[in-house]
Parts: sequence; structure tokens; C-alpha cells
Amino acid sequence: MSDFWIILTGCLAAVSCGLLGCFLILRRMAMIGDAISHAVLPGIVIAFLFSGSLDSLPMLIGAATFGIITTYLIETFNKKGGLQKDAAIGITFTWLFAIGVILISLYADDVHIDQDCVLFGEIAYVALEPLISYIPGISAPNTVWVLGIVMLLIIAMIIFGYKGLFLTTFDPSFAATIGVSTVVWHYLLMSAVSLITVVSFESVGAILVVALLIAPAATAYLLTDKLPKMLMIAALVGIISSFAGYYLAVWLDASVAAAIASVLGLEFTLVFLFAPKNGVITKRFKI
Amino acid sequence: MWIFEQIVEFFSFQDVNIRYVALGTVLLGASSATVGCFTFLRKKALVGDTIAHSILPGICLSFMIFETKDPLMLLLGAMVSGWLSVYIVDYISANSKIKPDTAIGLTLSVFFGVGVLLLTHIQHSGNAAQAGLDKFLFGKAASLVQNDVITFGIVSVLLIGTIILFFKQFSLISFDLHFAKTIGIPVRTFEVILSIITVLAVAIGIQTVGVVLMAAMLITPAAAARFWTDQLKVMIIIAAIIGAVSGLFGAFISYTAPSMPTGPWIVVVLSFIAIFSMLVAPKNGAISKNRKQKKNQRKILEDNIIKLLYKLGEKENDFFKNRSITTLKSFREIPEKKFLKGLKILRRKNQVVLVNDLWVLTEEGKKAGMRIVRIHRLWELYLTTYLRIAPDHVHEDAETIEHIITPEMELKLEHLLNFPKKDPHNVNIPYKNEKNNNE
Repeated sequence: MSDFWIILTGCLAAVSCGLLGCFLILRRMAMIGDAISHAVLPGIVIAFLFSGSLDSLPMLIGAATFGIITTYLIETFNKKGGLQKDAAIGITFTWLFAIGVILISLYADDVHIDQDCVLFGEIAYVALEPLISYIPGISAPNTVWVLGIVMLLIIAMIIFGYKGLFLTTFDPSFAATIGVSTVVWHYLLMSAVSLITVVSFESVGAILVVALLIAPAATAYLLTDKLPKMLMIAALVGIISSFAGYYLAVWLDASVAAAIASVLGLEFTLVFLFAPKNGVITKRFKI
Repeated sequence: MWIFEQIVEFFSFQDVNIRYVALGTVLLGASSATVGCFTFLRKKALVGDTIAHSILPGICLSFMIFETKDPLMLLLGAMVSGWLSVYIVDYISANSKIKPDTAIGLTLSVFFGVGVLLLTHIQHSGNAAQAGLDKFLFGKAASLVQNDVITFGIVSVLLIGTIILFFKQFSLISFDLHFAKTIGIPVRTFEVILSIITVLAVAIGIQTVGVVLMAAMLITPAAAARFWTDQLKVMIIIAAIIGAVSGLFGAFISYTAPSMPTGPWIVVVLSFIAIFSMLVAPKNGAISKNRKQKKNQRKILEDNIIKLLYKLGEKENDFFKNRSITTLKSFREIPEKKFLKGLKILRRKNQVVLVNDLWVLTEEGKKAGMRIVRIHRLWELYLTTYLRIAPDHVHEDAETIEHIITPEMELKLEHLLNFPKKDPHNVNIPYKNEKNNNE
């Protein structure tokens, strides 16, 4: 049963991240996703200091706040400060992450957050959590509940906000002329990214969140030109990596999150080389 | 005073450990800042981040293959996988529709994932010799010993020496790649050399500040220095000083409070210096830019109002008639508040006077208004004569340029067009002494 919970956790995180990642890479914001996943650390620590527990709600508020602060700081450094975009991203997330680490050491006795836990998490702990039954008949570890709800929220956001997301991604100026606010969708997307970062940071860690955000979307991007297809392929790529990654980790006796990231890399490499239309090697044989 | 004692104790460098830690962080800060200037200027600020995440698999692999923790072998592994990651990022963005930033995020997270996979595999395999490999993840600045400092010293000399040696080539490929190619510089070779020294700087620095913060050691000092100067040499020196000072400060903090991590404090100090520079730097800082912008806006407002008064005078053949704001507003769409603000500034300059709530142009104001109108019309004529733009297309451009043209340029325009009398719309061009007009 413990295998099942670990793989399910991986799948839930992978699907949520994969879906959001598609929009991130299409909006050329892949590195902003990376920045947010690191920069929410002070938010998590502060929330912990206030609430005194690892409960999800205060953490979510703290992380979402810092996610938005990150986006705002990057924009400000870029537009008002005249810094090039990549430098603005680099400075912002390292600064906030450093503050987070300092806060952790400052309150080391009260905060039970490890730096390495933040970076690559420990998905195997899911199997040790007690099963909770929020809906009669279904009992699952708390992490699975939280990740599941977040995944449903993200899917709902994409289904009901499809038009807004689609327009602001591909044609922001047209979106603006017909009265769809790019700013609102931008911040909504960023909040969703911070949300998924914080709910998955304990189990999969910041780096795997980045891998899950970017790799499935990039893989799907090479396979199709249609957004709905891309979303589905990204989710599928993430699910495959959760299964394969888990068994790879068991085989090597290593970190599950890291194994999932490695499998994602492998999937991308295969598609990069052999994709029917865009593969590097396929293209060579076509001529 | 406890804090002063601490400061004296630290900065006298009596304690051997303090000496090593301080010297190590200073060397690290200065040399990575020097290298970082080039990655920053080549708009590859996140390359440092990529390398930092990507050296882990190399370290683990070389540990697994050679079964040694010899720093040189580990460094070799680190260099290979770090360099490979840079190459892969370039290869993916050059050979597919994937954008560079996606390629960066993809490469760094996958490399790091593989690295952690190998690291946890080694740790779980019960090999006792592996202890300490994880310092490549989080850095251990406070535990620097003599050997580390010697390594840092050698690497710093190597890095800074390479940069001095190839300074010309590096600056050319950073600023103008195409020009560098044209004059026959082997661009590819120097790009490789530059990425090798970047990888070296990261591989050394990461043991002190850790994976995530290494990017800041490279680019934050460079970004801060960029605000203070436009000259590469000066920029590098400022960046190196910022890096060194932050390194020293980080070492000091973790000396006074041993539970404090050195790396994050270095980065926090760096970030504050960068934000401070961004705000207050004299030419490029946000505050001075903002002030300049406000000044320009005020000048445009003044110009527009005095021009309006002059043109009304011209039209009604009475320059010194008094006019209310309401009348003025009907001729030009400016909010009343702004109108009032502009008029007040003009009154202080003695270009208008206020009589019974009505505004009147002074002799001086008439001159000022005449100058703007003259420039406007001269420019329109210049555009139609020299650039052959249709007369009905020149007004917008003249509206903008009339605030910018200096007296010297004005004189040149007058001479170039030979003191013309009429503008393209067949309206008189006014001059200071009417003599010119009657010639």
C-alpha cells in the first residue's frame, strides 16, 4: 500500500505542475516558476512561526504572499530598476531564499524545516502518515488530500478560465482590447504556482517542483502545437515519470523525488531526439 | 560594548580560524564577482544558477568511479558536468523550438535531480567515506581551513589572471559578438574559456555558499556595479570590492553568531548593496531617473502652456490680453490642476502675471513662447525640406522635438534653413529681432 500512496502523491503533484508548466513555458516564464519555488521559503518559515504548526492553510497564505512578492519584485527590478530580466530573477530569488535560510537558523529550535527537505523533499514519508477520512469511505494520507484538492482547483481554473488563460498567453494585446485583464491572469497563474510549490515542497521539494513544472511541459511542447493536447501530454508525461521514478528509486535505494526528476530528463531526451516531427535525429533522417 | 569587542576581535584577525574564514570568503566574493561581470553583461545571468545545480552529478560520479574524495578529482567531475550543462542549454535552444529560459530550467532541475539521485544512492549504500559530499549542496563557509584557503587563493589568481590576460577578447565577445567575429577573434574558443572559468568559479564557490545562492555570488555584485559606471574596468573593480566586502561581512556575522549561516548572510548583504545601488546611483539609479523624468514632464508642461499663450496672442493679435484658465482649457486638453501648477511655475519665472484671477503674458513670457513656436515651425520646415515628409505629417514630430532642441541646435537649424519666413503651413515664423523677418 505504501507504494501506492507514494506513486499517487507523485502523480497528483506531476499533473498539477505539468498543467501549470504549459502556461509558464508558453509565456516564457519558466524561470519565474523556478524563482517562485525557491522564494516561497521565507513565507513558509514566517507562516510556521506565526501558526506554530505545519498546517497547510497558514503555509499557503505565507507562500502565496511571497510568490506574489517575488513576481512583483522581479517586475519592479526589471521595469523601474532597469535590470535585465534574467538578472532581476536571479537577484530576487537568491535574496529571498537567503532570508529564508537565515530565518530557519534564527529560529532553529522552533522551526522543524530542513534545508535539504526544502530542496528535494522526502516523498517516502507520505506512506508513514496516518490515513484520514474526510469523505466517508475514502481514507488517505493528509498530503494526498491536500495535493488532490489543489489539483482539482488547478484543473477547474484551467477549464473555467480557459479562454482568459489562452488569450493572455498567446495574444495579450488582443486580450486587452476585448477587456480580458492580463494582469489578473498573470497574478492568478503566479498564485497557482506558489500554491503548488508549497503543497508539494514537503513531499517533493523545490527542485522537483521546478522539474515537474518545466520538463513535462517542454516535452509536450515538442510533440504538439495544440494547447489542449499539450496539456494532456504534459500530465501523462508527469504520471509516467512518477511510476518509473518510484521503481528506479527503489532499485537504486535513492531519493524518489530525484529519481522522478531523472526520469523526466530521460523522457525529454527521448522526445528531443526522436519526436515524430521535431526530433533532432528524426529530422536528420527525413532529409 | 559587546559588539565593539567583537568587531575588534574579528578585524584584528588574531584567531587563525577567523583569518582563514575571512580570507576565504573575501577571495571567493571577489573572484566570483569578477567572473560574474561577464556572465551578467552577456545576458546569461542564470548560467551561474544552471552550473551550480549541474555540478552535483559530476561530483557524485567521480566519487563513485575513483572512490576518493580528493578535491582535485571531485573538481574535475564538477567541471565536466557543469560545462556539459552549459553546452546542453545552448544545444537545446539552438536545435528546437524550446526557448532559452525553458532550456535553463529544464537542464538545471534534471541535472540536479540526477545529482541527488546519485548522492542519496551513495549515502544509502553505507559508504562511510561519503560524509561531507553534501557540502556541495549547502556550503560550509564557517568550516574553511587552511587547505581550502590555499585552493581558493590559487583558483582566484587563475581566474583573475585569465581575465586580465584575455580582457580585450572577453569584453569584445560580451559587448559585440559580431564585431569580434569580423575582426577575426576566435569567438568560439573564448566563449569556451569564459564558460570554463565560470564553471571553475562556481565549483569552488558552491562549497562555501551552496547550490541555490551561488548564482547571487556571480551576478548580484555585477548588477550592483553596473549602476555606478559605464566602464567595464571600473565595473569589474567595483563588483570585486562589493563581493569582497559582502564576503567579509558574512564571515563576521557567523563569527559573532556561530549559529548563523555565512552564505545566506553574504547574499543578503549583496542584495542590499544591489538594491541600494539601484535606488541611489547618481546616473542610472531609479531615484535620479525618476527626478529626471519629473523634470522633463514639468518642462513639457511649461513649454506647452507658454506656447499656447503665445499662439493665442498671435491669433488675436494681442499678446498681453488677460485670459482665464477656462478659456485656456478650451484650447488645449490639460487637466485644470496641471494647468494651475504650470502657470504658477511660469509666474515664478516671471513669464506670466496673475491679474484678478486672469493670466497675462509678460514680455519675457512672450519671448519664451516665441522661441518654442519658432523651433516648432523651423522643425516642420526642416522635415518637409530635407526629409521630404508631407506637411500634414510633421506636426506630431515637431510637438515632441520642440522641448528638446538646445539653443545651439536652434541656431544651426536657422542657418541651415537660411532664416526662413514661412513654415510649411504658410504661417509666419517669429524671430527675436524682427529685422531678420523683414530682410
